[in-house]
Amino acid sequence: MTMKVGTRQVDGVTIVDCSGRITLGEGSVVLRDMVRDLLSKGNKKIVLNLADVNYIDSSGIGELVSAFTTTKNQGGELKLLKLTKKVNDLLQITKLYTVFDVKDDEAAAVKSFK
Amino acid sequence: MAMTEQRVSYTLDSSLETIDSAEEKATKIATELGFGEDEVMQISMAVREGAVNAVLHGNAYAPDKKVILAFELTAQDLVITIRDQGPGMDLSKIPNPLAPENLLKTSGRGIFLMRSFMDVVEIRPSTTGTELKLIKHVHGPTAGGKEASR
Repeated sequence: MTMKVGTRQVDGVTIVDCSGRITLGEGSVVLRDMVRDLLSKGNKKIVLNLADVNYIDSSGIGELVSAFTTTKNQGGELKLLKLTKKVNDLLQITKLYTVFDVKDDEAAAVKSFK
Repeated sequence: MAMTEQRVSYTLDSSLETIDSAEEKATKIATELGFGEDEVMQISMAVREGAVNAVLHGNAYAPDKKVILAFELTAQDLVITIRDQGPGMDLSKIPNPLAPENLLKTSGRGIFLMRSFMDVVEIRPSTTGTELKLIKHVHGPTAGGKEASR
């Protein structure tokens, strides 16, 4: 299953609903293009909803890091929402769980932006 | 799949399709051998990362270079070998992705993940390519039972 993304606005925060696989190739490119597009349009409060992302490889992890740093470098914030166990485990073993702001509840994620 | 003779190998192109194909083959074989769901995921992800290294960093997508993927079942282990035809990996340049200065790097986690998920990871670079060996111990009655039933 390839990756699909959709966006919606909640109280000035852009929620990016991701589903499928974030892996080398199409999945990573889709995520990269989406985040760049959002930033170029001034949307700098971004939540990646990963509830339906069932697989991610090291390239996908790299894209999450890239999205995080790119957003931060442009004065924005990017947070992760609803990690599956597999993705959560990967972020734990790579120590990236401490880098990302990870939320389980969408309303709390939206409220957490300054 | 011809694991009846306990070894099967594939010669694959240096393409993105090879990476997905290698992962799918690993998932199928590990499942058939009776590994649990988590172990199947670990094995398939390690193979995917190994295939990524072979296709991207080893063969650099060169159409004339191949990736050799082999699965072998011994009495104790599932042994997976991935060989490329690139210039050979420089082991001294493998970064520690957990080091604070590397945490926000966008690459360099593949070998770390393989080592996290497999029991043994051996990397043998040479001037004619790099050979990666991934070993997962076969344990428990499930895998052994399936093996004995063949």
